[in-house]
Amino acid sequence: MNLIKNMWKDKLAALSLTVIAAIVLAGVFAPWLAPHDPHEVDMELRYAAPSWAYLLGNDHLGRCIMSRLIYGIRPSVLWVLAALAASVGFGGILGLIAGYFRGITDACLMRVCDVMLSFPGYVMSLAIVGILGPGLENMMIAFVLAKWAWFARMIRTSVMQYAESDYVKFSKAIGVSDTRIIMKQIVPVALPDIAVVSSSSFASMILQISGFSFLGLGVQAPHAEWGMMLNEARSVMFSRPELMLAPGLAIVIVVMAVNFLSDALQAALDPKLLRSKPQPQRQEFSRTAKLRGEEVA
Amino acid sequence: MLIVERIEKSYSKAGRFSAERHLVLKDISFQCKPGECLGIIGESGSGKSTLGRLLLGIEKPDQGTIRLKGEPIGKRTTRQGNISAVFQDYTSSLHPFYTVEQTMIEPLKLVAKSRKDMHTKIDVLLHQVGLDPSYRSKYPHELSGGEAQRVCIARAVSIEPKFVLMDEAVSSLDGSVQLQVLELLKNLKAIYGMGYIFITHDIQAAAYICDRIMIIRNGRIEEIVPIEQLKDVKSPYARKLLDQVIT
Repeated sequence: MNLIKNMWKDKLAALSLTVIAAIVLAGVFAPWLAPHDPHEVDMELRYAAPSWAYLLGNDHLGRCIMSRLIYGIRPSVLWVLAALAASVGFGGILGLIAGYFRGITDACLMRVCDVMLSFPGYVMSLAIVGILGPGLENMMIAFVLAKWAWFARMIRTSVMQYAESDYVKFSKAIGVSDTRIIMKQIVPVALPDIAVVSSSSFASMILQISGFSFLGLGVQAPHAEWGMMLNEARSVMFSRPELMLAPGLAIVIVVMAVNFLSDALQAALDPKLLRSKPQPQRQEFSRTAKLRGEEVA
Repeated sequence: MLIVERIEKSYSKAGRFSAERHLVLKDISFQCKPGECLGIIGESGSGKSTLGRLLLGIEKPDQGTIRLKGEPIGKRTTRQGNISAVFQDYTSSLHPFYTVEQTMIEPLKLVAKSRKDMHTKIDVLLHQVGLDPSYRSKYPHELSGGEAQRVCIARAVSIEPKFVLMDEAVSSLDGSVQLQVLELLKNLKAIYGMGYIFITHDIQAAAYICDRIMIIRNGRIEEIVPIEQLKDVKSPYARKLLDQVIT
């Protein structure tokens, strides 16, 4: 609760949170929000300019771009977030275990990670999609399988450094259980690191999904997806560049919002960064000044 | 009663698969009675901090046993509420995201108390270490070194353990604060009647607070002497250490 309050004070964080929440809600309630059927083809309206009925105009098949954008949130944002959460969750748990317990557990888990990481990511995903068959769900499975090892490695490194610290040693010494130490002492401190790592790969995942859609392995043709909309606009890039604008901006806005949010999360979690904000600093100074006075007296 | 019997500890020199090992502790045996303050003195690299980690049960000895009230120290339930610690580095001893109050509540939850009891207990403890209740809402980076170490001490004694291990607990504090903290430790000992295991390289600090002193060198016990007989140590190494302090 405190966390949200702290983040709300930061204007940029509040804005990004609102943007993300709005986009997620729009994706969930797409059938009610979209003005038209995203698959409805109307050849008379090919490349039509924005009008009151079609707010963002129409594409090369006369489909409503606005509706396609809204429906595209589902694969481009919601599914990517789900895949990200799954791979960060899985990788994170293994990373926590490896970084905290060290020794033989760590060695075994990290060798498995090494094996996974030694395959090139794209080839790995392609192979899995090849075995399971094309489709959004299978591509998500491929993503999780290809990415978890990388997350496990990154999170292990940051956990290791915190697991060494004296406050963890103290808790171990007085007999606090390992699960409690991990949950209460390590996860909160490692969370900013995890947030930054996962938000930075969020952008690349959106682009990868569209890449796979382009190859015909991900989202199938009539369905809307932002990366695929960009691809469709590519063929008329020089004659009608405005078609790239809507999906392109949508991707930029979401990625930016996620990155700002993870930065803000880092600041909101760490009391040291929280206090270094310009406004409360003045109060802080007067408080220390008062304290100094007391100490002298 | 803390009983240490013939413990030995070594670390491998280069990586997991290296057969070459570096012997850190060899054939260490001693006992520490309840309420006693035992000083462990040695130069850096003598193995005293390793011994500290073994005594806290964080690491296991290769050989030998450490028992507290007849139970092995490696078992979590043996340590629970019986042993506690204060470390040298006060900056990493406190959780950076917790306020002083949250830091103090964590160990108190182990000894299961009602919320109201906990809060009065925290006030009492903070008062005992010379901090006023306004410190409860402060974060570690807002505390000075001496204050942070006081919070660590308050946290360590809050569970009223049988033994507190002090690993260079006063070494990183400056002179006058060091004396204040040592005085504080003496007072707390009188109040709670717990034993201290005081690891340090500073003989003077140890002599000020300890009942017995154990001198270790290169991982072996050189000599154990009661503080009254510190002047008449027998081994040449201990003699040399003492002479250095006196001159």
